[in-house]
Amino acid sequence: MTKETVFSTRNLTRVFRMGEVEIHALRGVDMDLYAGEFVVLLGASGSGKSTLLNILGGLDAGTSGEVRYRDLDLSRANERRLTEFRRHHVGFVFQFYNLIPSLTARENVAIVTEIARDPMTPEEALALVGLEQRLDHFPAQLSGGEQQRVAIARAIAKRPDVLLCDEPTGALDSKTGIKVLQVLQDINRRLGTTTAVITHNAVIAEMADRTLRLSDGRVSEVIDNPNPVAPDRLHW
Amino acid sequence: MRALTLKLLRNLWQLKGQGAAIATVIAIGVAMYVMSFTSLESLRASQHSVYQNQRFAHVFAHLKRAPESMAERLRDIPGVATLETRVQAPINIQMPDFDEPITGMALSIPDGRQPQLNRLYLRAGQLPEAGRDEQILVSEAFADAHQLQPGDRLAVVVNGRYQRLLISGIALSPEFIYQIRPGEIMPDFARYGIVWLNRNALEAAFNMDGAFNSAVLSLSPGYSAGGVIAALDQLLEPWGGTGAYSRDDQLSHRYLEEELTQLETMALFLPLIFIGVSAFLLNVVAARLIRTQREQIAVLKAFGYSSFTVAAHYCLLVLAIVLVGSVIGVALGAWMASGLATLYQDFFRFPWLEFQLRPAVALTAIVIAGGATLLGTLNAVLRALRLPPAEAMRPEPPARFRKTLIERLGIGWLSQPARIILRNLERQPWKAGFSVLGIALAVAMVMLTSFTRGSVAYMMDVQFRLAQKQDVTVNYIEPAASRTLYELRALPGVTYAESFRSAPAILRYGHREYRGALQGFDPDSRLFSVLDDQLRPIAIPKEGVLLTDHLARMLGIGAGDQLQVNIQEGRRPELMIPVVGLVTEFVGVGAYMHRDTLTRLLGEGDTISGAFLAVDSEYQLELNRRLEQVPRIAGVNLRDNMLEAFNQTMDETILVFTLFSLVMAGAIAFAVVYNNARIAFAERARELASLRVLGFTRRETGWILLGELLLLTLVALPVGFLLGYGLCALLAWGMQTDLYRVPLVITPQTYVLAAGVVLVATLLSAVVIGKSLARLDMVRALKAAD
Repeated sequence: MTKETVFSTRNLTRVFRMGEVEIHALRGVDMDLYAGEFVVLLGASGSGKSTLLNILGGLDAGTSGEVRYRDLDLSRANERRLTEFRRHHVGFVFQFYNLIPSLTARENVAIVTEIARDPMTPEEALALVGLEQRLDHFPAQLSGGEQQRVAIARAIAKRPDVLLCDEPTGALDSKTGIKVLQVLQDINRRLGTTTAVITHNAVIAEMADRTLRLSDGRVSEVIDNPNPVAPDRLHW
Repeated sequence: MRALTLKLLRNLWQLKGQGAAIATVIAIGVAMYVMSFTSLESLRASQHSVYQNQRFAHVFAHLKRAPESMAERLRDIPGVATLETRVQAPINIQMPDFDEPITGMALSIPDGRQPQLNRLYLRAGQLPEAGRDEQILVSEAFADAHQLQPGDRLAVVVNGRYQRLLISGIALSPEFIYQIRPGEIMPDFARYGIVWLNRNALEAAFNMDGAFNSAVLSLSPGYSAGGVIAALDQLLEPWGGTGAYSRDDQLSHRYLEEELTQLETMALFLPLIFIGVSAFLLNVVAARLIRTQREQIAVLKAFGYSSFTVAAHYCLLVLAIVLVGSVIGVALGAWMASGLATLYQDFFRFPWLEFQLRPAVALTAIVIAGGATLLGTLNAVLRALRLPPAEAMRPEPPARFRKTLIERLGIGWLSQPARIILRNLERQPWKAGFSVLGIALAVAMVMLTSFTRGSVAYMMDVQFRLAQKQDVTVNYIEPAASRTLYELRALPGVTYAESFRSAPAILRYGHREYRGALQGFDPDSRLFSVLDDQLRPIAIPKEGVLLTDHLARMLGIGAGDQLQVNIQEGRRPELMIPVVGLVTEFVGVGAYMHRDTLTRLLGEGDTISGAFLAVDSEYQLELNRRLEQVPRIAGVNLRDNMLEAFNQTMDETILVFTLFSLVMAGAIAFAVVYNNARIAFAERARELASLRVLGFTRRETGWILLGELLLLTLVALPVGFLLGYGLCALLAWGMQTDLYRVPLVITPQTYVLAAGVVLVATLLSAVVIGKSLARLDMVRALKAAD
């Protein structure tokens, strides 16, 4: 079976100039992400994994090299195309949830569905993450795990092609974290959304279809995992 | 402490935008305060110094004619220090290339010498030499208006006799600092002039040989004017005295006082409003600025810096901004004050100006503006310091929100961004309230500084379209038979003429008195109307007197009361006349009655003091020339000239002042709106970045921020209109004088201007913030915990 490529990068570099110092966050990344797979990008702090995810999500641009999302050349896209790309194709989940505190769970999802092309209703999205009972709660009235699930609902409500998650369990205890991972896997399986999770927690790699290990700004290892483990069997 | 000092400097640099806005508000508040008080104090000091040095007289008396031997008897009145007699005569002046009538006043000075009182200040040339009767001094204002210089010739008609005189010098007198023609409300330097001649020359020209018709005196220490005036009046009555009066009723002094009082109101009111608004804004802005530093404050505390050191650090930061603003403010204020004082010098003809910037004035301004800023700072710093460092360093927990009142009332169709805006505002009602109040104050200030233009236009419209419709007013030197009206009617271009009778009088009620005139009009007058409080014409009743409402307030009298009237001419009867009603007038004050009744009370035949003429404008120039040749005419007032002079004076004085203020108010409006937007942006950066990540365009995210700004502005507009109306009413009330009352008329243009200034400020802020929004770093905003 030929796998459909969603993302591909070739010799991607990213150099941050901090005053007079240059920091090479990515030193030539070659990688592909395939449709429908659940990928974990594993790396220590400073390995460049967040930088890579940000470039894939159209939040940042590489210094040199190529980044493609299907037919779209992200490395050459302008601001308007990138915004459109994020609006219609990408769902983001962050370590600190980044919910809008002044909107309820339902409204935090609606803010995305209102600008999307073929979204599910906020209620459907929240039901998918098991929050159908908490629709009208504001972020301050939700636990950390619940807030992250709202963030996931917000990310998937537009039926994105890809779900990019930056340390989604980083701010949560392990029990809550596992619940969040179950939601992510469930979405991946049910909707077939290509999912990339970046983490420094090697345990999480056991539930992925594939794991890319990053170190010093390069992909140092690719591990195929034909038998992913269910999240509830993970421990850390 | 050195690292902390470095941090201070860097923070100052980082905050330069907001710091500059704060410094601007301080500078403007301080500058307005310094300008107003300094220019006013300078004018006051100049008045005092000129009066003192030029020996301005205390009491003035005019009479028909008395032999010079009377002077000794007058000098014997207890309380008289120096008394000087003189001759004064109405004149006409003819200028080539100037078709309109020029009238004026000639005063005698001792032959070849300075007078002892009301000494003249020579701007150029010299006094007329003794024995040189053709030499003449000309007042500076008139000389400036016609570009006259010593050595020029001037054609003067005294007592119907044409003379060509030689200008020996240009002079200024404490008697004519405010050089105005009697009966007018604004000076007209081109059409009214003062000249001084040797006593001998004027005596000869005015048939006053060995006699005088005017006396001025200074009082001995410890004596008041009242007793001396009574004695003077008694001695001069047989000689046709028209009642002596003190400085308080001297024309120039009175007008100067009125103008200065009015300036005082403006000078007190406007800068207090400005500095008050500045203080309020500074307090709010400083507090918010510090709130954005919350984490840093916690870190400093965690390092072991004492609360005192941290508080001092931030106070120093704000103090630096205060200092910059204050220095600029004082310098700007002093500069504007000297400019304003020079401007007023065109108007108030002081021989010299005493410019003084009192340190206390500058200091007061700085203390008010700086104090409010520091107070806001300290308040916010102390609040930040009260938190345990660990808690303050953590990002603030998600703020608590509820559904807004508006939503609960059932407006479910609001988009999410609209909900964000509404909930943000409703969650912090105090903050939103302060923002609204700040913007509203800016609106009010623009209104306050610009409404006078519309009000003055309205005032003039009422005065000259509804009340005084005559094109020309003719005043006789002394009352004449009513048949003289026919001569006037026969003059070229006169389409209609009607007479009036005016008798100088002291009006009394209880212990209050007002020196003015009792005026009699024909009841069916077509050119002159008195108006009720709805500006409808009222018929002049056969009996009793109508008073201007402002005069009635000054005297404390009302309809039905008996007004005591001491006529100051002819047989000088003392009358009791019932007040039958009040009339509304914005310009001047008066006591009006039926002309027949007045002449009956005066005990005379059918006499008139002058006439109102309606004139065909084509014949105006010819009429002017003919009027100059009628010997009994003392003065001619042309309505168009009066209006022109009035508008010009308004433009030069009040309106320049308000234009200054308007620019300042606009700057404050911008500073308020911009700071609001800036801080809202800082507080929302993370939220806005999240939205950008979710696929919102710049425009869509910008809308959330700017929508809030716009909503605040829109809410603030009506609040500002209300506040502005109140402030304008207060100012109009404070500026009432018997010269004129600025009616509280706020034209639609004023509202539009006020709203426009603030909306433009909002728009400009939006543009600046929009640029920051474009530079918003999504990645960093997401990573930073806050």
